[in-house]
Amino acid sequence: MKRSIWQLPRARMAAFSVFARNFLVWRKLIGPAIVLNFGEPVIYLLGLGIGLGALVGDIGGLPYLVFLASGIVASSAMISVSFEGMYSVYTRMVPQKTFDAIMATPLDIDDIILGETLWAAFKGLLSAVAILIVAALLGAVPGGWMALWALPVVFLLGLAFAGPAIVMTAIADNYDFFNYYFVLVVTPMFMLSGVFFPIETLPDWMQTAVLVLPLTHAIEVIRPLIVGEPVEHLLAHLAVLAGFAVVAYYLAVALVRRRLWN
Amino acid sequence: MTLPDPPSARSQTTAAPVVRARGLVKCFGALRAVDAVDFDIPAGRCFGFLGPNGAGKTTTLKMLMGLADFDAGELSVLGHALPAEARAIRARVGLVPQGDNLDPDFTVRENLFMYARFFGLSRSEVASRVDALLEFANLTHKAEARVDQLSGGMQRRLTIARALVNDPEVVILDEPTSGLDPQVRHVIWGRLAELRARGVTLVLTTHYMEEAERLCDELVVMDHGRILDQGSPGELIARHVEPDVIELRGAVSDGVFATLTSMALRVERHGTAVYVYTGAPGPILDFLGQPDGLTVIHRRAGLEDVFLHLTGRDLRE
Ligand SMILES: Nc1ncnc2c1ncn2[C@@H]1O[C@H](COP(=O)(O)OP(=O)(O)O)[C@@H](O)[C@H]1O
Ligand SMILES: [Mg+2]
Repeated sequence: MKRSIWQLPRARMAAFSVFARNFLVWRKLIGPAIVLNFGEPVIYLLGLGIGLGALVGDIGGLPYLVFLASGIVASSAMISVSFEGMYSVYTRMVPQKTFDAIMATPLDIDDIILGETLWAAFKGLLSAVAILIVAALLGAVPGGWMALWALPVVFLLGLAFAGPAIVMTAIADNYDFFNYYFVLVVTPMFMLSGVFFPIETLPDWMQTAVLVLPLTHAIEVIRPLIVGEPVEHLLAHLAVLAGFAVVAYYLAVALVRRRLWN
Repeated sequence: MTLPDPPSARSQTTAAPVVRARGLVKCFGALRAVDAVDFDIPAGRCFGFLGPNGAGKTTTLKMLMGLADFDAGELSVLGHALPAEARAIRARVGLVPQGDNLDPDFTVRENLFMYARFFGLSRSEVASRVDALLEFANLTHKAEARVDQLSGGMQRRLTIARALVNDPEVVILDEPTSGLDPQVRHVIWGRLAELRARGVTLVLTTHYMEEAERLCDELVVMDHGRILDQGSPGELIARHVEPDVIELRGAVSDGVFATLTSMALRVERHGTAVYVYTGAPGPILDFLGQPDGLTVIHRRAGLEDVFLHLTGRDLRE
């Protein structure tokens, strides 16, 4: 009679109807979405890459703009996924009661959270694509077409970040709660995972510490692909990202069940 | 009416109940929100849960949809046992929740198409059905409007239309007309009567006596998680209250009160009103005559009297 929130989720095609819902809404507001996706990276890459780059010179044998662009592809996907998984999912779950409406159809929370996870990862992918285009126009993608291999990795990175964001949503009482996650999780990763400077410049103990951060592993794969260098430890990095994705999805499903089942 | 008849109307051979509940218990901590209830909901009827706030009506409906767990008992809907087969049940049932949860990011028409998709129904499969539902809900002229541009009554009608998008055999409505003005309420009652006439089983909760009396073939009166009695509105009235009620509003002296007590089957004073329950109103009305400063209302006993008799007159918050 009592369902366990820890019961393993099942992946079903029904999740795509949730993805489709979000896609259809996004398509209506595509104008502002594109301005955000392209506007931000242009500002970052021009401001930091070219302005700061003139002072910094080369980093690890790469022009700073190239170094930075390849990091921002990953970090902006992380940020975009985190926003979607927290503010947008919370809006649909709590004030809008969209999840309640969907739960009265054959879909279960498993399906809803899978759909939301795929959608959040897709939004991360969109922002990464925008940055890659801007970077390519600025001549900061020396890897050429090989850089497109970064995109599946970005999607995996998106899955790895969607779960934790939805976990936060499941336990949030209001939007302000997400500040903790941004300050304690997203911003440190943004600063320390190798977006702005190589992690080799960190003290030894910190170099070890940042290995627990999924963004570090994503950048270790994405940067060489964009730059056109061989990727080292590819499978290990992908395994870390996949591990985060699977465990966080499971936790997200369990905690949303705890919140919405009664 | 262009809506096709639902499957239940097409093959109404089974006498098996659509819902069967036995010893159903639902606790929230120490509170027994639903406390060992038994009921059968017959196919093709309108079945009501009547009860004051907090009686456990919404909780019961949520259990029927597999949206809430239960702590003890057995529950099956359309032959599927809960909670194991909740998805199969939800595929064949429509829900009109207590608060509207329409999708504000979509137009009226898109809301229906999107909801159909959650049932695995494609746009082309439901295109004509969506048109028929817009017509049914008197929303054809608002099809392209956004949800926040609709009045409360229109939103309610859209929610009802949305609950029909999967051609359900059972429609569950939680206080379908609460908070709506009388015109809208009458339109909705008309639509629900149409559905019932087409063989759809309706399960609704309400605390409007008039709604229960007009719509329900059978109802249970619930309070504090328990079922106090069950039957058709007529049966309940016959069982619990005298056929006639004389209501006196104004100052009734103790002497008059005593005389009424001797003449009637039951006399109750509540606030500033006195209620006289009787099978023979004539002599009492003659006795009262045309008293000054007192309003005398003679009416047939109704569900409201049953309801107050069974659940008491204490205020519920
Ligand atoms: N999620 C919940 N957690 C705790 N108590 C609840 C919850 N939902 C309902 N209740 C309590 O259960 C009782 C029955 O509620 P409900 O089924 O909503 O009543 P009704 O719909 O008849 O007004 C009430 O006392 C209510 O406060
Ligand atoms: Mg209720």
